[in-house]
Amino acid sequence: MIDQALKELGERISTALEHEVIATEIAYGELTVLVRADQIEKVLTFLRDDQECRFKCLMDVCGADYPERSSRFDVVYHLLSPHLNQRIRVKVQTNADTPVPSATDVFPAAGWFERETWDMYGVMFSGHPDLRRILTDYGFQGHPLRKDFPLTGYVELRYSEEQKRVVYEPVKLTQEFRSFDFMSPWEGAEYILPGDEKAEEAEGQEKA
Amino acid sequence: MADIDIKNYSLNFGPQHPAAHGVLRLIMELDGEVIERLDPHIGLLHRGTEKLIEHKTYLQAMPYFDRLDYVAPMNQEHAFVLATEKLLGLEVPPRGQYLRVLFCEIGRILNHLLNLTTHAMDVGAMTPILWGFEERERLMEFYEGVSGARLHAAYFRTGGVHQDMPEGMAEDMLKWIETFPQVLQDMEDMLVENRIFKQRNVDIGVVTAEQCLEWGFSGPMIRGSGLAWDLRKSQPYDCYDKLDFDIPVGRHGDCYDRFIIRLEEIKQSLHLMKQCIERMPRGPVCSTDPKITPPARSEMKRSMEALIHHFKLYTEGFHVPEGEVYAAVEAPKGEFGVYLVSDGGNKPYRCKIRAPGFAHLQGMDFMCRGHMLADAPAVLGSIDIVFGEVDR
Repeated sequence: MIDQALKELGERISTALEHEVIATEIAYGELTVLVRADQIEKVLTFLRDDQECRFKCLMDVCGADYPERSSRFDVVYHLLSPHLNQRIRVKVQTNADTPVPSATDVFPAAGWFERETWDMYGVMFSGHPDLRRILTDYGFQGHPLRKDFPLTGYVELRYSEEQKRVVYEPVKLTQEFRSFDFMSPWEGAEYILPGDEKAEEAEGQEKA
Repeated sequence: MADIDIKNYSLNFGPQHPAAHGVLRLIMELDGEVIERLDPHIGLLHRGTEKLIEHKTYLQAMPYFDRLDYVAPMNQEHAFVLATEKLLGLEVPPRGQYLRVLFCEIGRILNHLLNLTTHAMDVGAMTPILWGFEERERLMEFYEGVSGARLHAAYFRTGGVHQDMPEGMAEDMLKWIETFPQVLQDMEDMLVENRIFKQRNVDIGVVTAEQCLEWGFSGPMIRGSGLAWDLRKSQPYDCYDKLDFDIPVGRHGDCYDRFIIRLEEIKQSLHLMKQCIERMPRGPVCSTDPKITPPARSEMKRSMEALIHHFKLYTEGFHVPEGEVYAAVEAPKGEFGVYLVSDGGNKPYRCKIRAPGFAHLQGMDFMCRGHMLADAPAVLGSIDIVFGEVDR
């Protein structure tokens, strides 16, 4: 029943924006539309103004990191239509070098959400009026939610009694950070010991 | 007389200011006493919750949600367990649903009691906060009764709640519901028609319905501007569709309307609590799916299989099918959403927390423009900011 309405909505969007929409998908009772990154403004404007959509509220913009892909970042927009009582998810893909057009002209709410996405993932937004970091410390380096950023970060800070100010130092862990894998040996787990790959490399060199 | 050249000057408000509701730093550009521009600097309470959740199992991730909006902890937990259940396709038994809704409504009262009274204090009324905190303490005793903790409850579980209410708690709650309206009435008498309170709040921080939509506002902010939008009614989750309650709606979109709406929502929450207690069926409080729910502790102490089962669920945890969902609840402050991506493992691949306060604080700039400096705390109080959830 609800899926039917979502299906019709998805079809309507993909026919109206056939050059912009790459794919639509319905899963878990939610509609996801994958669109071309350079056309995001047009898509959002359509979704906001079309009489049968009226997605007037931009509830959330966030990033997601998939390092194995060539364009590794997703930027995910969650829209809400109080008129239809329906939600929609719009996704675009990008990489660290390609900026996504900012949605601030369509929805002013996007401002801070895009700043957060920039801060956390380093996704750039072109045309954003004020793309500063928002949540991390003043002078922070790196983008903490990227999958290759360590959980502990790189620096730690403390108040130095000698210098009478807060000082930053490289992180020192008293214990190695433990990350367990829960793979079962009966399901073909490959146990990789750190440093093992060197042995294989050495073997390869000997043969050569 | 020579012309005096008056320049705009900037003022640094906070981060250690009693009216900043935590750690907000505002850079204000003032023309005399009128705010020209305002730039909130947030992130002073950023703890990397989303990053931490990516390294924890679903059960371990849950308590982080108490620490977001620490004024109404269980409402946040609710959004996360709903998202996980959506991915798992898990049914929650009726008693579990009623218990969750009951404690979410307690959370709403906890939140509104704190917000109303601190808002009153920001504009000069000292007494209500003392009354409010006494009642909050009573409510936190109910939290403590079911979970063992006053604040960081960690009571909700994927599939239901951790354990049933202790004997006699329902009666205690009903007793509290009888006595509390008197306290609320005293507070109302003191504030609602108070001349000074009205002067500080009426027509301050006005937001139109159109602005609410385009800035992504929700909760009392959007209802204060005349839009009857409440996720408990429009997209009901758990047993809200079986309960009977009204949504108070304001007309002017100013600080005063939002204050009155929260006052009215407390009364509706009391009504909801009463209904939950009366209609709560007997039965299990958590899903009986053994893949998700660990065995009872008594069983775990006697049976080897149950011990292994328990150990597996508390170390490895359960695996959640691949996919992505967005689950939103009507938290006391507005729409609290969780965007959860699973890669099929036992840890969330990505968990984005959509906090209502983040969107509301973004609107602080346009709401305060043209107002006096002294109005900024009133606006801040009325948009109900808690930095735990804004900074995450």
